[in-house]
Amino acid sequence: MKNMAAVVVDNIVKTYRIKKTVVQALNGISFSVDRGEIFGIIGPDGAGKTSLFRILTSLLLADSGAASVDGFDVVKDYKQIRNRVGYMPGKFSLYQDLSVQENLQFFATIFGTTIQENYNLIKDIYQQIEPFKDRKAGQLSGGMKQKLALSCALIHKPSVLFLDEPTTGVDAVSRKEFWEMLHRLKEQGITILVSTAYMDEASLCDRVALIQKGSILSVNTPEGVTEEFKKPLWAIRANEMFHLMNDIKDDPSIESCYPFGQYHHVVFKKDGNNKPILEKIVQKGNYTNVEIDSIKPNIEDCFMALMKE
Amino acid sequence: MGKEKVISANELTKKFGDFTAVDKISFEVEKGEIFGFLGANGAGKTTAMRMLCGLSLPTSGLATVAGYDVYKQNELIKKSIGYMSQKFSLYEDLTVRENIRFYAGIYGLSDKQIKEKTALLAKQLSLEGEEKTLVKSLPLGWKQKLAFSIAIVHDPAIVFLDEPTGGVDPITRREFWSLIYEASERGITIFVTTHYMDEAEYCNRVSIMVDGRIDALDSPANLMKNFSANSMDEVFLQLARKAVRSE
Repeated sequence: MKNMAAVVVDNIVKTYRIKKTVVQALNGISFSVDRGEIFGIIGPDGAGKTSLFRILTSLLLADSGAASVDGFDVVKDYKQIRNRVGYMPGKFSLYQDLSVQENLQFFATIFGTTIQENYNLIKDIYQQIEPFKDRKAGQLSGGMKQKLALSCALIHKPSVLFLDEPTTGVDAVSRKEFWEMLHRLKEQGITILVSTAYMDEASLCDRVALIQKGSILSVNTPEGVTEEFKKPLWAIRANEMFHLMNDIKDDPSIESCYPFGQYHHVVFKKDGNNKPILEKIVQKGNYTNVEIDSIKPNIEDCFMALMKE
Repeated sequence: MGKEKVISANELTKKFGDFTAVDKISFEVEKGEIFGFLGANGAGKTTAMRMLCGLSLPTSGLATVAGYDVYKQNELIKKSIGYMSQKFSLYEDLTVRENIRFYAGIYGLSDKQIKEKTALLAKQLSLEGEEKTLVKSLPLGWKQKLAFSIAIVHDPAIVFLDEPTGGVDPITRREFWSLIYEASERGITIFVTTHYMDEAEYCNRVSIMVDGRIDALDSPANLMKNFSANSMDEVFLQLARKAVRSE
């Protein structure tokens, strides 16, 4: 029977040996990605995201475990895999000495196709850099390099697209535009695996795997992840935020207190009517402009709670 | 009497040929303030920051940093500031102790001071027993916290932080901001760029650059009020979308 999942990862382990130290990059991770999904691998630097992407694109061998893309084994069928995946590494890896157009031409030729054949797929993105098609890739700005790299990763019409931290170091506006672009690609039927260290991008994925230190903390829809957060969550603000945090943390009934922009998010060790405890703290410390609300957790709340488990 | 001004810029401008990277920016930063310096990629943040650090001469306009003139006293500026970015922080092939010793030595601390600082930092960062560990084998979060502490090892008037928390896990990111608050309470002025908009909300005041100009400068609360926005993210999007130039 043909496996309908676009990507299957089964108990993948990867370690690196640097002299005497052994670094456990991936700790036996498993998940699968459905066809046509935008699947996010969400985690900080050093979580194992790049190792995972390199294994799935057949560029790196796992120590143990198995993985397949489009039903093809990443070790045995590496040739088929390389023909059908698109891969945009985190580090800009196109030919700096070739022009924009030459780079695109090169990738099209390597994959036995032409720019014209799949132009409709990249049109949206490539049109934005086409005015600079004779410029050398090395002389493009960061945002334009990113668009060229994405065009090159798409020109052979891959069935699965791997994007390794495409939005790192990118400002909030460009990040929004990039995600809009990904949603248009999804509509063309391409499965997208995208990694990011920005927790807020999780909500733009169909499903996410939260990953930390080589282990998966959770695989779920973004809503599902936040529903896993079982404890009541409080948001509190006052004019004296830094002192407020220290006072809250000093209270023995507090499980955690983290700053979130204008608010601190507070979790208690025990459920129950905990609002009076916060009210007592702000009264004792003479805090001004106090606001206390019961709120729903976001992905970052969940990530931090899972990190501590 | 107003508070002591640690940075003051007046119509500060930098042109590269006929391209105006920084276009007459004027602002002041007070002692101990946490000042967020935001802007889209290509808005001119890095160029402005390089001028304030004494690394690049302005084309026109005036600025003083820690009381020194950016045109004539840039060497004195360099001694009075700390700098840290995500890309450049510590020497990976040196140990924790060696990195502290190297930077403290560069900034002219005495052997006795260096010894005291090493012990203090190890304690503050819970790195006791790790003094002989190579920096490259520390987790990223530790590295960034150590890099920040080393950037202020010489108790500078001001520390420039260029996207210090990129890629760091959410708990460490918050621990990092605790270090920033502590430094600010000790009177060190913090000048920080970030792409995390929740971090913009931790700043006392925030400036937002668009096309080389400072288009908004106020406390996060006032910015949100003036732009009828619920978060700094919305404020940023409203302003940055007006940009006509890209990187």
